[in-house]
Amino acid sequence: MELIFEISKPGRVAADVPASDVPPVNIENTIGSKYLRDELDLPEVAEIDLVRHYTNLSRRNFGVDLGFYPLGSCTMKYNPKINENVAALFGFTGLHPYADEKFAQGNLQLIYEMQKYLCAIFGMAEFTLQPAAGAHGELTGVMMIKKYFEKKGQNRRIILIPDAAHGTNPASGALCGFDTVELRSNSEGGVDIEHLESLMTEDVAALMLTNPNTLGLFERNIEKVAAIIHGKGGLLYGDGANANAFMGKTRPGDLGFDVIQLNLHKTFSTPHGGGGPGSGPVGVSQTLVDFLPVPRIIKKDSGCDWSENHLTNRDGETSYLPLPHIILKDSTYAWSSDFPHTIGRVRAFYGNFNVVVKAYTYIRSLGAEGLKHATEMAVLNANYIKERLKSYFDLPYDRVCMHECVFSGNRQVAESGVHTSDIAKRLIDYGYHPPTIYFPLIVPEAMMIEPTETESKETLDTFCDAMIAIAKEAKENPDAVHNAPVTTPVSRLDEVLAARKPDVCWKKS
Amino acid sequence: MSKQNPEDRLYSREHEWVINNGDGTVIVGITDYAQEMLTDIVFVDLPEIGRKVVKKATVAVIESVKSVSDVFAPLSGEVIEVNAILENTPELINQDAFGEGWLVKMRLSDENELSMLLTAADYEEMLKEENN
Repeated sequence: MELIFEISKPGRVAADVPASDVPPVNIENTIGSKYLRDELDLPEVAEIDLVRHYTNLSRRNFGVDLGFYPLGSCTMKYNPKINENVAALFGFTGLHPYADEKFAQGNLQLIYEMQKYLCAIFGMAEFTLQPAAGAHGELTGVMMIKKYFEKKGQNRRIILIPDAAHGTNPASGALCGFDTVELRSNSEGGVDIEHLESLMTEDVAALMLTNPNTLGLFERNIEKVAAIIHGKGGLLYGDGANANAFMGKTRPGDLGFDVIQLNLHKTFSTPHGGGGPGSGPVGVSQTLVDFLPVPRIIKKDSGCDWSENHLTNRDGETSYLPLPHIILKDSTYAWSSDFPHTIGRVRAFYGNFNVVVKAYTYIRSLGAEGLKHATEMAVLNANYIKERLKSYFDLPYDRVCMHECVFSGNRQVAESGVHTSDIAKRLIDYGYHPPTIYFPLIVPEAMMIEPTETESKETLDTFCDAMIAIAKEAKENPDAVHNAPVTTPVSRLDEVLAARKPDVCWKKS
Repeated sequence: MSKQNPEDRLYSREHEWVINNGDGTVIVGITDYAQEMLTDIVFVDLPEIGRKVVKKATVAVIESVKSVSDVFAPLSGEVIEVNAILENTPELINQDAFGEGWLVKMRLSDENELSMLLTAADYEEMLKEENN
């Protein structure tokens, strides 16, 4: 496919600009000639060229709207279109970020309510919606931990990170000046309690724990882990990357977590990556409230306008998840930066507000029972795939999983030299986005499959059929797997050359 | 299959090899088994000369097409030389992990730590256990 630069023709335009009705301005005088460049060579194309170019590009892309996308740890659930409709309302999109608070009351109320919803769902005392994405949320959380110990006059140097953790955890610790020390997993895939006890000293600031972990397994000893950390005055950080496995079923605040970051673009169904941006709210227990980023939103005349009810479902069972209930009255919302121990601002304005609107819509459209049902279906779907595939692929940790399951391609490597990367590429020929591969690092030849709750049994079955067919091919006709994909515009790219000598700039020939 | 582990050097449980120069300095690299597990290496982040490291602290970072991995110092001491040629040709580790692909030279702060490393035979025994 040609680049847009290559279809450019000098003088070709997509729109006629009307003649200027204001006096011309000398750009060299106003901007300064040293800031002006004439070598930009922007593409010149007609509207039809432009439309065809991007439509053709999009046809080579793969997304949740096209097919099943079981990319483990990324929670590629379907993003309901109602989220987009609400976020596109002019009251949200038309507001200038510098508009006076009195013109932004509706938006501020949404931010306030979203924080309250997240507090109720995750059992935390307060939330900030500022961080731009999950890793930024982690950094914000660790900055608060650092400030907490500074205020106490303790110079703790170490953050413990389990060997199954996402790579962003040690990065967040290191960016805040901590030394990171690796904590081993036990044979069941959980925290090695003895190892934790041996590492836990008064030099340890925090343990950063993802629960369920990246093996998709719930930490059975979580209360014991929290007690060991708190026993030495440390803090327990919760990476909410896998919140889709427990939303509505259990609350990190109740389990002893002091701080947790979420990924709205995962758990709360807002778009990922290039379709994003992301949003990484951070929740804290009472211990860390003073250190939250500013500005924080303040509700005036707060009074008794907020309550939490416990829902009763059709079977007469009372839900564990409290339902936040807001009584509308004439409240006003305002920003305040009057918090002396704050870590300061972590982002301009108030985070990726539009993403928050989409996540808010998701919470409001599902309701408390709906969120709980989503979690249950996510866990059921992952266990269904695990059970259907476990006789065809090695399953290193064979126990009930949460929202994802991790297989190993070891058997295929030993039998016919077919690696996990080959299986992943062959899946593309079957019309699926491959699962996450070679992560977590503690599982050799890992294949990490996260179906999410939004997929039907029929979709799960056809995916499992494809995986089983590939397992058979690997045995009987390994070349078919080694040479995949064969249905794509290009097949095997030179990944090593691309990583060693990347060439991503177009140059005019 | 990975290459034979030479008997002229010692090994760590974290898959590094150590050649004892006998003058208080050592050469450190990763084993052929380690490079095979990492697959094609695309980038090596080497420490600055003069950096002091304690045993088991990160001394270098190796990035392959598959993952990013820390290299842990097998011994405590000071970095006195790095294999700078790896910055442009990291594939040397894949081609010759036990020779041209060495990582750093260190001056030891405690030569007694050498006795805690493994012989080639011990290391091979450990690999066998790990793979069961």
